[in-house]
Amino acid sequence: MPEFTFRVNGEQVTVDVAGDVRLLWVLRDILGITGPKYGCGINVCKACTSHLNGKAVNPCAIPVEDLQPADEVTTIEGLPATVGRDLHPMQQAWLDHDVAQCGYCQPGQIMAAVALVRRAAAEGRTITDADLDGLRNICRCGTYVRIRAAIKAGAAAMGGGPA
Amino acid sequence: MTGSNGGGLDEAIGRRRFLGYVLAAPTLVAAAELVPATSAAVAPLPSPELTQLLDLNDLMTAAALPTSGLISVEVRPDGTVSFALPRAEVGQGITTSTAMLIAEEMAVPLDRVRVTLADARPELVFNQLTGGSNTTFATYTPIRVAAAVARLRLLEAAAAELGSAVGDLTLKAGVVTDRSGRGVGIGALAEKAASARTRQVSVELTPRRDFTVIGRPHSRVDALDAVTGRKKFAMDLDVPGAKPTMVCRPPTINGKVGSVANLAEVRAMPGVTDVVVISTGVAVRAETFGQCVDAVRALKVTWRAGTAAGKSDDSVLRQLEAAELPLGLRPPTPIVEGKFTFYFRSNSALEPNCAIADVRADRAEIWSALKSPIVAQQAIAAKLNLPAGRVTVHVVEGGGSFGRKLFFDAALEAAEVSQKVGKPVKLMWHRADDARQGRTHPMATSRVRVAYLGDTVLSYKQRHTSVSTDLGHGLGEIITAMAARLPVGDIGFSQTFFHLSQAMSYDFGASSQLLSETDKSFNTGSMRNVYSPDVTCARELIVDQLAARMGKDPYRFRHAFLRDDRSRAVLAKAAEAGGWGRAMPAGTAQGIAFHAEYKGVSAALVEIDCRPETVNRPVREGVSGPRVTKVVFVVDVGLAVNPRGLEAQMMGGVMDGIALALTSSLHLRDGHFLEASWDNYFYTRQWNTPPEFRVIVMPSTSETPGGAGELGVAASMAAVACAYGRAVGTMPTSFPINHGTLSFTPKPTIPPVPPSPTDGLDHAR
Repeated sequence: MPEFTFRVNGEQVTVDVAGDVRLLWVLRDILGITGPKYGCGINVCKACTSHLNGKAVNPCAIPVEDLQPADEVTTIEGLPATVGRDLHPMQQAWLDHDVAQCGYCQPGQIMAAVALVRRAAAEGRTITDADLDGLRNICRCGTYVRIRAAIKAGAAAMGGGPA
Repeated sequence: MTGSNGGGLDEAIGRRRFLGYVLAAPTLVAAAELVPATSAAVAPLPSPELTQLLDLNDLMTAAALPTSGLISVEVRPDGTVSFALPRAEVGQGITTSTAMLIAEEMAVPLDRVRVTLADARPELVFNQLTGGSNTTFATYTPIRVAAAVARLRLLEAAAAELGSAVGDLTLKAGVVTDRSGRGVGIGALAEKAASARTRQVSVELTPRRDFTVIGRPHSRVDALDAVTGRKKFAMDLDVPGAKPTMVCRPPTINGKVGSVANLAEVRAMPGVTDVVVISTGVAVRAETFGQCVDAVRALKVTWRAGTAAGKSDDSVLRQLEAAELPLGLRPPTPIVEGKFTFYFRSNSALEPNCAIADVRADRAEIWSALKSPIVAQQAIAAKLNLPAGRVTVHVVEGGGSFGRKLFFDAALEAAEVSQKVGKPVKLMWHRADDARQGRTHPMATSRVRVAYLGDTVLSYKQRHTSVSTDLGHGLGEIITAMAARLPVGDIGFSQTFFHLSQAMSYDFGASSQLLSETDKSFNTGSMRNVYSPDVTCARELIVDQLAARMGKDPYRFRHAFLRDDRSRAVLAKAAEAGGWGRAMPAGTAQGIAFHAEYKGVSAALVEIDCRPETVNRPVREGVSGPRVTKVVFVVDVGLAVNPRGLEAQMMGGVMDGIALALTSSLHLRDGHFLEASWDNYFYTRQWNTPPEFRVIVMPSTSETPGGAGELGVAASMAAVACAYGRAVGTMPTSFPINHGTLSFTPKPTIPPVPPSPTDGLDHAR
């Protein structure tokens, strides 16, 4: 079988798997990285949202053969290390607002939120309610209001949102 | 049924004294034996308003009585306190509230209490069913009694250790201190406080006025695990050899496999280890779930017709009409009448149905989020032809339930596949499977007729007609077992459940609410709040009509007719905090509604925007529609153990209510549901979320907690429906309101699951 190599949470990994297997299953079923969750498998629910080179992607829709050796995949497990702390400010905001209910969607929500704040910052602006309305991540427990509050607080803590 | 026990207890050992046990164990293990009387005894005569005598919580609590004594807390030498909760945590926050009860009674920090979920324990009989929002209500006293016994034993052990009288000791923050200030931690006392024999102990519980933990807001005990990805759900467990497994399912509901044309070919696909026909389809086991999806799509299966062959929304609606109970002769007085239709809905937890099974020749082990693990264990044992005692069922924390995890469909399938292939399996449903073959909230109609004269309401009749709700997961068994002891006669458990859960909160004269069920061909279940959202929505819409007919304001009308102060208080609070009656632009409106259940009362005030620029705002692959712009939800559950958790449950209930009223339904066509994706089944999304949102938890009005997990749904759905009706000037009669418009292109049914996309990199942002 072919081998594919790329970086996950700061480490180079090499997997021996068919090239069309989607990254979500390489992470979960082969590498045992279970933070990204399955909720639909067709890039709709966003529960698997992770970062590729700092941008939000959905691993359920990425064949592993599309990755290059220098590509850096960051899952929720690797998010704190991107800021050199035990918790990313967005995770801390999530704790401060006691956002999670069942918790299943929360890794994807947090990864989507961090990417949103970075995107707004790159555009030289802070996040808006329209940005929050545009988040597609499903939370079936319906904790959307706390998600919005936490993202605003997390954005402020990241230096990219309203104070 | 609880009165005689409780009365006897009170007389024998005085108020607030309870009996518990110290169990024989190497470390301190304390257990509770009795639940005190917490509710009224059954009245001797039948009454038309059954919920005033006894509601579903009383029934379930009473059912749990004989075995609650087996709940135990263990103090460990590391200073932690462990408790295996015989319930399922699926997001509702019961591990947190349970830890709070123990922390309160034992005076240990919350972070030293470890609450896990108990494996299936058949000896618990009725006391391991998570449903009916009953957990906190039923376990509130026994857990505290066990903790109080542990506390007493720790004090006694410390007295010996420190040479002090127990009365001179204080236990605080996990340390026992004597008057001189010398202290010893509970960890150091754990083994000294252990007992070589089991003995009974009488304890007092911490009085309400001394509470420092219960009633104060606490964040979830699993929050850190949730935000770091460390929280483990069933599919995250590493069970050796348990490889990904999915099932190729039929194109119609409950269709069966006729034949498979290419078994050998699919077995040879990359990563595939096994392909086997099972009772619900063709199971595929592979190295990755992605390869399962590919193999499921490659299978060429001839299917036999399902249980709902040829049925559609329209044909089911005609069936319901045929099954409707009559409203009786039209009275000579003025009446208000309405008929409402509620389409099929999916409880669709984000974590799909899933389970791990490792079945061997003489035993089996199962891991799954199960709200009825004892029934699951028995059913799986029967399926495998093993004694129940040879089937170990581990209850794993679940990624949402909303009623879905009362059923153990995936665990049963996983066991069947594992037995057939002779290997452990990690079985998961595809999202499309979940929408199309999963459990649904049954389609229903509700007819309401109210007779009035002048300012008096003479009678209220509601006839609810529903596709049968499957309660065959244990809750049904509880109700069946207890029903004979209720003054309702022999009406079966759906009827009993309906009567027990539907209170008539308004003083509307002679009232009767009846349920009629028909058609068992669908996979149904008791979705969050079961009958209440539909029944309450219909009632509250008619209440608005009635108020208008009598020339009264909808809020003041409700306030005048509610039966008690507690109900009026939540309604008044919602009206006041939400600014009821404020001037609103055309196309926008307020709605207000009330609902009582689970020993709690609730009121919702909603504002909605139905103006074209809002309704038609563009959302890719989504439904925008009217937007709920403000919600004020007021709740009184008696004693709120954890107000922060209660607020979270109400928030979720409101989002469900918005979805039920406006956007979320399944469309039945020719024996199958069209939905197969979250972009087909429109649960509330961020673009539907109310920008202004507030939950108000009323000051505690009771010594005991009511249920919270489902309470938020009914009043919310009803208030959204009422607001919508007032904004557009026409009372809605069909729910959700967008059901008539199919807002997506249905995916094929063969193959049953969509392909995995390949364009993920194009969408990096």
